Amino acid sequence: MSGDNIIKMANDIGHFYGAEPLREDAIAGIANHISRYWAKRMREKLVEQAQHQDCGLEELPLAAARRLAAPTGVPAAAKIDGG
Amino acid sequence: MLSIVEQDFGTPRRATAKRVTLTIDGVEVQAPEGTSIMRAAAEAGVKIPKLCASEQLEAFGSCRLCLVQIEGMKGLPASCTTPVAQGMKVTTQNPQIADVRRGVMELYISDHPLDCLTCPANGHCELQDMAGVVGLREVRYGYEGENHLDAVKDESNPYFTFDPSKCIVCSRCVRACDERQGTFALTIQGRGFESTVAASQDEPFMDSECVSCGACVQACPTATLSEKTLIEKGQAEHSTITTCAYCGVGCSFRAEMKGEELVRMVPDMNGMANHGHSCVKGRFAIGYTTHPDRVLKPAIRAKISDPWREVSWDEAISYAASELKRIQAKYGRESIGGVTSSRCTNEEVYIVQKLIRAGFGNNNVDTCARVCHSPTGYGLKVTLGESAGTQNFDSVMKSDVIFVIGANPTDGHPVFASQMKQRLRQGAKLIVADPRTIDLVRSPHIEAAYHLKLRPGTNVALLNSIAHVIVSEALVKEDFVRERCEVPAFEKWRTFVAAPGNSPEAMESVTGVPAAEVRAAARLFATGGNGAIYYGLGVTEHAQGSTAVLGIANLAMATGNIGREGVGVNPMRGQNNVQGSCDMGSMPHEFPGYRHVSDTVVREMFETAWGAPLSKEPGLRIPNMFEAALAQEFMGVYINGEDLVQSDPNTQHVAAALMSMECVIVQDIFLNETAKFAHVLLPGSTFLEKDGTFTNAERRISRVRKVMQPKAGFADWEVTQKLANAMGYPMNYRDPSEIMDEIARTTPTFTGVSFDRIDELGSIQWPCNEAAPTGTPTMHIGEFVRGKGKFMVTEFVASAEKVNARYPLILTTGRILSQYNVGAQTRRTENNQWHSEDRLEIHPHDADERSIKEGDWVGIVSRAGETVLRARVTERVQPGVVYTTFHFPESGANVITTDNSDWATNCPEYKVTAVQATRVSQPGQWQKRFRAFSEVPENPVPAAEVFNAK
Ligand code: SF4
Ligand code: SF4
Ligand code: SF4
Ligand code: FES
Repeated sequence: MSGDNIIKMANDIGHFYGAEPLREDAIAGIANHISRYWAKRMREKLVEQAQHQDCGLEELPLAAARRLAAPTGVPAAAKIDGG
Repeated sequence: MLSIVEQDFGTPRRATAKRVTLTIDGVEVQAPEGTSIMRAAAEAGVKIPKLCASEQLEAFGSCRLCLVQIEGMKGLPASCTTPVAQGMKVTTQNPQIADVRRGVMELYISDHPLDCLTCPANGHCELQDMAGVVGLREVRYGYEGENHLDAVKDESNPYFTFDPSKCIVCSRCVRACDERQGTFALTIQGRGFESTVAASQDEPFMDSECVSCGACVQACPTATLSEKTLIEKGQAEHSTITTCAYCGVGCSFRAEMKGEELVRMVPDMNGMANHGHSCVKGRFAIGYTTHPDRVLKPAIRAKISDPWREVSWDEAISYAASELKRIQAKYGRESIGGVTSSRCTNEEVYIVQKLIRAGFGNNNVDTCARVCHSPTGYGLKVTLGESAGTQNFDSVMKSDVIFVIGANPTDGHPVFASQMKQRLRQGAKLIVADPRTIDLVRSPHIEAAYHLKLRPGTNVALLNSIAHVIVSEALVKEDFVRERCEVPAFEKWRTFVAAPGNSPEAMESVTGVPAAEVRAAARLFATGGNGAIYYGLGVTEHAQGSTAVLGIANLAMATGNIGREGVGVNPMRGQNNVQGSCDMGSMPHEFPGYRHVSDTVVREMFETAWGAPLSKEPGLRIPNMFEAALAQEFMGVYINGEDLVQSDPNTQHVAAALMSMECVIVQDIFLNETAKFAHVLLPGSTFLEKDGTFTNAERRISRVRKVMQPKAGFADWEVTQKLANAMGYPMNYRDPSEIMDEIARTTPTFTGVSFDRIDELGSIQWPCNEAAPTGTPTMHIGEFVRGKGKFMVTEFVASAEKVNARYPLILTTGRILSQYNVGAQTRRTENNQWHSEDRLEIHPHDADERSIKEGDWVGIVSRAGETVLRARVTERVQPGVVYTTFHFPESGANVITTDNSDWATNCPEYKVTAVQATRVSQPGQWQKRFRAFSEVPENPVPAAEVFNAK
């Protein structure tokens, strides 16, 4: 999968959740959305991209990608709301 | 002419609860108040002769054939216009009445050709019937006097003729066009003997405002207005009720047949979506089903540069299966997938996704809804708890304020539009939000209270500013919100929309809509009574498509407009079965019934039911499949009845992706654009050739019934089943009803659905289960499906697709009544007479600046590609905006659309593309390459040359 597109998609999701008043809610929302709707290979690509300094990920999606990379991760489809 | 089997009760049914008792010919009869004597009699089995009355139309009282005697009343009143009254005593037959009726008939017949034996309506002509009923035995006035027998036929409409010599000037056609269709194309001109039916300004039908819906043809009691197929083929001998396979209205039709030959499609009076009405597509554009272009033999080829080789079904299926298995062995289990079709039946979609999930062993299944209403599925699930519209169509008859945003019902959903127009003529108020002046904005007897002419791509900004007014002017239905919705989420949303940045004044520079208009429209919506929102692809096909759907749900909740008749959130679904294909588990992250693949309980239930392990990981969406193909990770695909090359954005990108796959299997009724990249071609079957069900935009499940054998030998579900078996995953359904039984066993919202139950009830709106044994017309009554409604914060984010000096115009896309989507079907019918090419609509100001005149070739360049279309200079579009339809492949509309997409669902942003338009002297490079590629299918120009060059 093309890394550029993955980044663009993650940033687009970030723009939606960017409106959340609490940063934590925004990051959780992004991570939850991605784990719920993205195929594994796309998530892996995102996590891989997030390791590069200048991957182009904006701040919130970058934090979400790091969370997806964490060993506990985000359970797939943790919840419906907020995506 | 009415359908060959239906009975017409003369005047419309009245739904009043109060009943009155009267006596008709000595028999005591009961009828709802307001019912005509004619209808009350017909329901009691007493037929009163009639000519100008029809159940579909309000009574008119012009023919005087239906007179009756009423005790205590002077003269002989017309039974069609006289309502029943308590204690009334009616006599329908006596010598005096018989005399008058014979006299009336005599006059009619004296000016009517007596060629009954050779007349297309013979046997079903109401004039002929009435002559018999009243016992007409002689006509004293000969043909010597003045008559209309030599009047010239109007054959201009490709589907019906108008033969004025047979017209009895009953005006049923005029009233059908006014009341049913709402087009007001017909009038009776002249007086007395001179009076005739005229289309528009006495023009041929084709040149008039007529939209060829067929309502007048159905209403005509004589052969004056007759279908050409009826004239050509003669009358049918049997009929079968089935469902239109075009749009999401899902009209019910009687397919009138002669053996296996279709004579005509007549809208079914009992159809609960259409109540006997139709549009030009479902009624007439059926010729594609027998078009010589139909693919009837399976074919295979190793490379797309090879010619097709026709093979047996067995060879094609085993080749397809062995290729898919080979690819999985080489590239891994996740390297193949499939696309279900919103054109196919629920049963077919269900087994395609089952084959992929259980047979392929992954969740790489998606559907064409991806490119249209995927944001609806997402947005309504998140806010309300169910991925579907909340109402039935009839609900509109109880609406007081109708808010249409990003939808063009008169073109996209014509039969529902006629119903909406009826309500608007009764006085409901209309708000339209659309960059373009759609027909609904101003049509006979209808004028939108507000037309919010927003810039493409700014729906969310507009919705937020409407919400801002509702919140800041204290118009929120606080009781509803507190009782029915999650309060903290509401408070968060309230704070968000109340921010000054969301006010209409602040957003005016973004949306281009004057703040005062937004304020007035918002007040009207919030305070005008029952408010209903109707939206379409003009909402979903945006980078913020899902956000806008959330915004619409927010508005409905904030104003308490949900959970009863007359209100609600109503997505105008595009294709016939787009709702059904989503319900049936076509999305890569959801099993049938919108249950996430990671839900262990649900997954284990399906593992048991399907006898195979299932993946808990969401699969690839269509655009992800293309990406993965280009990365050599996705190498085989089974595409069911879907033309990805034409319908998906950025054609070059799609083509490149398909070219990099090793096995593309296309199952379709035509050699579509995608088939040009295919290795296996499996002939599809039309809706006339199979049994099953479709689910329309109001969640209504209706039967599709087979009226002829599949032309290529098998129905689509049988082909999928063969492929499954060849892949080693056994499927042995004997009949689609068995598939529906399995759906009912595995899907809680379908528990009560079966073919038998649908036959019994006519159609069923899901959820249908123990809690709702006859289905659910209105959802979320008392409680939302998700429990409490959830408000979502919907910040406006401008599209990445920006205008600049190089691309100064915004291109937006849409559709037209006579053509359907990529046009594969309608282009193969006479509907081309209305729309034979896609045109670029451009405002006179922009056209002037570029020296573009009506009909000129215009080159359109975007960041993705370029094409050439002819110009239509019109004020329908605003300055800075250009518009086109996408019904013809050579238009290459998607050659110029970009691959920007909705953040939540990847639904493409078809509605916003920055372009430049310039006058050119000839069709573009795209069209030339396309033609060279298309015209010699056996010896194609290398596809790479067509699609890779910009
Ligand atoms: S065309 Fe048919 S429906 Fe119309 S006025 Fe003549 S007879 Fe009546
Ligand atoms: S076909 Fe429809 S639109 Fe045309 S004249 Fe008849 S009723 Fe009116
Ligand atoms: S409105 Fe839609 S479903 Fe009804 S006849 Fe027309 S195309 Fe078919
Ligand atoms: S049917 Fe009543 S007046 Fe014609």
